[in-house]
Formats: sequence, structure tokens, C-alpha cells
Amino acid sequence: MSTARLTSLPRWVDLGLLPFLNLSAALIVSGLVIALIGENPFEALVILVNGAVGYQEAIGYTLHYATNFMFTGLAVAVAFHAGLFNIGGEGQAYVAGLGVALVCLGLPGWPWWSVLPIAMIAAIVCGAAWAIIPGYLQAARGSHVVVTTIMFNFLATAFMTWMLVDVIRADGQQAPQSAAFPPSTHLPTIQDMGAFLGFDLPRMPLNLGFFLAILTAILVYLYIWHTRWGYELRTVGTNETAAVYAGMPVPRLIIVAMVISGALAGLAGINEVMGVQHRLVMNWTGGVGYVGIAVALMGRNHPVGIALSALLFGALYQGGSDLAFEIPAITREMIVVIQGLVILFCGALENLFRAPLEAYFKPKTV
Amino acid sequence: MPHSAARPPALDLIGISKRFGAVHANRNVSFTVAAGSIHGIVGENGAGKSTLMSIVYGFYRADSGQIRVHGTEQTIRTSQDAIRLGIGMVHQHFMLVDTLTVLENVILGIEQGFRLAPSLAAARTELLRLNQDYALDVDPDALVGDLPVGLQQRVEILKALYRGAEILILDEPTGVLTPQEADHLFRILRTLKAEGKTILLITHKLREIMDATDNVTVMRGGAVVGTVKTTETDKSQLAEMMVGRKVNLSIAKADRTPGPVVLEGKNIRLVDRRGCVLLNDVNFTVRAGEIVGVAGVSGNGQSELLDILAGIRRQTSGELLYHGQALPALSGTEAARRRSQRIAHVPEDRMTMGLVKPFPAYESAILGYHHDADLQGDKGLARLLFDRKKLIARTEGFMTEFDVRPPDPMLRTSLFSGGNQQKIVLAREIHRDPDLLLIGQPTRGVDIGAIEFIHRRIVELRDAGKAVLLVSVELDEILSLADRIIVMASGKITGIVARADADERRLGLMMAGEAIPRAAGDAA
Repeated sequence: MSTARLTSLPRWVDLGLLPFLNLSAALIVSGLVIALIGENPFEALVILVNGAVGYQEAIGYTLHYATNFMFTGLAVAVAFHAGLFNIGGEGQAYVAGLGVALVCLGLPGWPWWSVLPIAMIAAIVCGAAWAIIPGYLQAARGSHVVVTTIMFNFLATAFMTWMLVDVIRADGQQAPQSAAFPPSTHLPTIQDMGAFLGFDLPRMPLNLGFFLAILTAILVYLYIWHTRWGYELRTVGTNETAAVYAGMPVPRLIIVAMVISGALAGLAGINEVMGVQHRLVMNWTGGVGYVGIAVALMGRNHPVGIALSALLFGALYQGGSDLAFEIPAITREMIVVIQGLVILFCGALENLFRAPLEAYFKPKTV
Repeated sequence: MPHSAARPPALDLIGISKRFGAVHANRNVSFTVAAGSIHGIVGENGAGKSTLMSIVYGFYRADSGQIRVHGTEQTIRTSQDAIRLGIGMVHQHFMLVDTLTVLENVILGIEQGFRLAPSLAAARTELLRLNQDYALDVDPDALVGDLPVGLQQRVEILKALYRGAEILILDEPTGVLTPQEADHLFRILRTLKAEGKTILLITHKLREIMDATDNVTVMRGGAVVGTVKTTETDKSQLAEMMVGRKVNLSIAKADRTPGPVVLEGKNIRLVDRRGCVLLNDVNFTVRAGEIVGVAGVSGNGQSELLDILAGIRRQTSGELLYHGQALPALSGTEAARRRSQRIAHVPEDRMTMGLVKPFPAYESAILGYHHDADLQGDKGLARLLFDRKKLIARTEGFMTEFDVRPPDPMLRTSLFSGGNQQKIVLAREIHRDPDLLLIGQPTRGVDIGAIEFIHRRIVELRDAGKAVLLVSVELDEILSLADRIIVMASGKITGIVARADADERRLGLMMAGEAIPRAAGDAA
């Protein structure tokens, strides 16, 4: 754990009060924007919160979206600790969906628990494959990963369009999507799991992927802060000269970081494609890779922070859908504006309230 | 001082206090700088010298206190205010643009009007006058990047004078100079003084204080310990004032007959990508139980040599023998392999190389040794994870043995003082009982108390039969520690002399690049 003391603030202020103030500021400005278009911001807030956590299905959707964001957020964080800004989570996840689809389509009749490990390996391999080339180019040629991963997002889109239109489109249908996966390969939903344990839950997309995401977050935490390899990763990311001095294989570490990052983004495909869509569709990612950047930024690249901010973004996503549905004047684009404000205040302006708080909580000694 | 009766003091600091958070950087600092004098300010790192000068030069504002310049109270909010009041500063790290000429650098930021030519013409006349008056000897049309550091420093002085400086602050001005260049600088400072300028000299080198100043103010822990006339004090008294206790400035070192050769460099040559020859045909040996000092002005190939020996950089040609075996060519992890073969390396720049600043101390204290089995868990899957207790225990051991303060393994590395950081690096590197210790600038930015401690440890290692290669730009350090001295200039060895045959003048000439024929007694 990197518990080095970085700030003079009490821990509860740093980890509790400060994010709360940031989030409040974002909501206040969002309220002003909503008031500006002639709607009642308080009413909107009630709908938003109710839509996110107000009833069972709402919570199920929120957690499902949060699962995707956790995977892509963790992906960004691992690369970030190695000093790399992986913008390519979107493309890596998208291509990983192909691996998941091929496994699920290729193993009809196999039960989900035997398909899952293979599908996970396929997702990891495909996601990693889409990240390894930018990683290699960065390590060997110094081509900046920000540039190359953006390029690879476009390549992923083009490649997947070709695959979906010309290669794996199901016979006899117009839509650019694969055939439906055999039902035996579907991941158990929370409804299935609840029924197994004797609870009666409504139908919602939350599935086993959620628990995979939590497990993954724990593993990422252990890897980054409690292993010698994570130590090397952080050293390269913090001070490359020191890494060279220590004899660490810097180019290899950069490639490894990108591979892990791509693999994590790829796992979003398990949750979404194998857990919910049950077929490969065009643009199934819908921006999860990009939201992952905001999630990691806001979660300060720590798995716990990422889990919390993924939850927040999941809630915004789900509550926002309800809001757009209930108040037509508030469009989906307006929801994106609110998300943008949250990112602005919690990420980019993270330290806005830090100085005043530090002045207020300044030790009254010396 | 003949002037002092007639002229008010150039600078009068009264009760200056400045606090950064919990750190009291300056406490009630008061002293007077007589006009037309050279006034030294000494103190260890963190004594508050730099903060004080930053306040005088307008980078920071004091929390309380008064500054009087030439007898009048002034508020200095920005460095423009300071310049307007005739205060000029020569920074430790030059603020020059390499690709511009001297003349262009001098007028940078104060050019007048749209067209450059009239400014340049006016500046040229003024520059030639200043050049002549103070014997600065700088060509206004030379590109700054082509000038040696000694001359670049004079460009900085010219910049300040051109802006009308009456009070000139020099921050650690001799760090990058040969002894001869430093002497030249002090001659210039005396000329400036004779012309009525006032000079504030910030340094940690007591010799310079003794040689150059009229008065000296000693600071410790943010406060002034005392201001004394230089003629009425001596080095050991100043050192005691700085540290607050008696300091042993010279290290007792018994004679010792060196053992077998541990490291041998044969025809080491390094050419960079642009074809510059950075190291040319370097041959040397280091024996067990011997400290070999590498002297030279910074930037003459010593750093590159150290990197090659440590396995960080690949030599273009030449061979390294360690215990008689050739060290293999560089792969990505050669530095780690050499470390495992008991070659330890204390790098020249601990902040960019030896430590990871944002890491807690216990993580910086395992850098390069993080694969040690005794840092991991004991069995099963736990072997994949660090055992944090072991990491912290190891660091606590370092901190006790090396008296690191504060002894807190959880504290962020960057929050330790330079001396304490260096102790962490040194402790880490000698922890595995190396046969060969490569050590660069062991006391750069380290306070006197810690210098004494670090020097003593280096001599102890030598007495324990280790081979030590010491690279330092501090001649005093080389002279007090080394058994044999290699002098480098422009990537070549210009002399190898036994300590007994070395003196500052002789080394200085070799550092300036004059190859001295080896005296009969000099070991090769």
C-alpha cells in the first residue's frame, strides 16, 4: 500500500469530505444548467436518484453499468501506474467481445461454467492483442501510446464492422450482428442466482460479471501494491531513470503493463456480451472504454476509488436514462453534460477545495 | 570599512519570519550587510538561506519583518521590484538560453520597442563598458551554448549588472567551476566590490567564505546563529556554529596496503549518437581496500563512466574486468545482475536515479533489491507477495544504523532532507556487503553533520577491504578520502596520482585538461 503521507488533511476529509464537496459542486452547476433550460432541478435530481437506486431494477442496472466501468477503469489505472495513458480501452474491449462471441458460438451445449474460463481467456487474449502493438511501439520506438491507442480504437471499429458485416453476420439477417449465443452459454444473472438461493428478484442485466469485477479489483490491488512486479510497474511509471538504475527491464515492463491493461478492458466483454447481449452487436461498447478513463481519474487509480466512482458513473448512466425518459427536455446529451461536469469537478478540478480545507484543518501547532 | 560611515547599509534585514505550513523556514532573521562589502551566508541545507534570499529577491513574501535597502524600508513583491531596487541574483542553475548570443541573453526580457536592433546596439555599448570595468572578458557575440560554464556564469553576472544591480546575490556560485575558475570568479567579485557593489555570497564551502568575504552570517534551523567578521573567525568555529556542535572536518584514515585488483577498465570508449566522444581510452584499476577518487569538473565524462560501470549504459568499446572476469555487454537487466554480483552503486543524482520520490521510504529502501527472497512471503501463494513487515523491518534497520531522521519508514521519500535521503541510499547499497562500491557525489546537497557520517562510513568500507570508486566534483572530498586520484577532463584521464603526491593546484591543472607527465612514484 502506498500510504505515504501526501497531505496534511485528516484522512476522513481527504477521502470523504473532499470528494463530497466536489460532487456537490458538480450537481449544483448541473442544477443551474437544468434551471437554465426551464426545468426544475430539484425534481430532476429526485428522478435521477430514484432512477439510479430507487427500486430493485434500478439498482440492478446501476450495478451492471458499474461493472463495465470497473473493468475499463482498472485497465486505465494499471497503465497509468506504469506512466502510460491508455486511451484504447474502448477498442480493446470491442475486439475482446469478438473473442467472447467466437467462444460462445463455437461451444454450443457446453454449460456456462465450462465456457466462462475459455471465454475469459479469449477476452484477455483479444484485449491484450489490441494493446500489445501500441505497447510495443511505445517501448521500442517511443511512439506515444495516447496517439497509437486512439488509432487502434478506429482500427477496432473498422475491423469489427467488417467482421460483423462480412464474416460472422448470422445467415438470413440484415443487422450487422452475430447469431444469438446458445442459451447454455449465458452467464447467470442476479435473478438466476437469487432464485438458486431462494430469493425472488426481478429481471435485470446484473450478472456474474459483477462479482468477477470485484475479484479482479482485489487482484489488481494486490498486484500493484503488494508484489515485486507491481513495484517495478510503479517505479517505471514514477521514475523511469530509477527503474533503469535498479536494472528493471523497462521496455518489457511497458509492454506488460499495456497487455494487462488491454486484458482488463477486454473483460468488460464477458459482462456485457456473454452476460447481457448474448450476441455480438455493432458498437456494443457504447463508450465504456472512455468512461473508464474518467472513472480511473476520479478513483485516483486505486481499485477502491475506481469501484466507488464506477458506481457513481453507473448511477449517473442509469439515473440519466430515467431522467431523459421522464423529462423530454433533458436529452441524453444533457446527461452527458452532467457526466462531464462530474468529471470536471471530481477529476480536473479535484483540488479546488483542497487549499481552503487545508487552511481550515491546518495543525494549530508550532 | 571606509565606506560604512558614509553610506547606509546596503541591506538591512529586521526580524524576517517565513513559514511554510508547519515548517518555520525563517525565524526572526536579522542582520546587516554593509555597502561595498562581500558578505557570506553559510548554513546547512534547510538552514533557510535560500528562503531568505528568495524573500530578498521577491520570489516569496515574508510573513513578518522589514527589509531596508540602502537605508529605506521597501516592500519587495516581485523580482521586478528587487531589480528596480538594484538587487541582482545569479542563480545556482543558470537561467540562460543556449541558442542565443551573450548579448541577446543579456537583454532578454527588457528589450525596448518593436525592433530589436536599437536595443541590441544600446546594450552592446553598455556591455562593452561593463566588460571593461569589471574585467569580465566575455565576447558579446558568442553563443551561450558554446561557452564553458565559468563564462556562462559571468554572463549571468553581466545580466544582473546590466539591469543596474548594486547588490549582487550569488547562490552557490562555485559548484560547477574548477578551482582556477573559482579563483577567477573571486577576483571579479573583488573588482565589483572595489567599484562599490555589495555582494552576498551563499555557499556551503567554508574555504570560500574564508578566502572571499568580509563578514559572514551563519544560519541554522531558519535562524541566524551569528554574524562575525571573517578575519575574526576560522573554519572550525564556523562549522561548529552551523551544526551546533563540534565537527571533525578531517577524517582520520590509517594507511592501508591495497589488496588484489577488483575492477579494471581497459580502453573504455564511449561515443554518443551524434558522434561526440564522451570517454576516450579510459584505463584504470580499483583494488580491494582502496578508495580511488575520480576528480574533475562536472560534465567531463565521470558520470558516463559511473553509468557504464554500474551497467546502466553500454560502452562503445573497451572491456571491464571484475575479479578478473569480463563483465558482459549490456542487456536490459545488467544493472540488476551486477548488483547481484556485489557491485553496489550510489548514484550521483539520488533524486532522479537513486530514489523514487513519491514512494514511502520503505519502498525506496528496496529499489534494486526488491526481488530479494527475504522480502517476500514465506510459503505458498504468499511468496508472490511482498511481506510488508519485512520491508519495513529492513528499512527500520537502515534508519537505526544510519541515524536517519525522522526514523519513519512510512514517510514519503521526498520529505527527508538530502542528507537523510543519501543515508537511505547508502544503507541500501551496502546492505548486501558489496565487493565494489561505486559512489557518485556522496555528499552533494548533504549537510555537514551527515557529511562527516557518510565519509566515515566510506572509509570504514575501505578498511573492511572493499574496493571503492568515488566520483566527486568536490576536491576537498577527494583529497580527504581517496588513496589514489584519477583526474578526468573532456572524457580523458589526464592524470592518476597517489594521494600523497596530489595537491589542489596540481589537480586543478589536470582538471583543466593539462596532461601532467606521471611522476615516478604515481601508481598506474
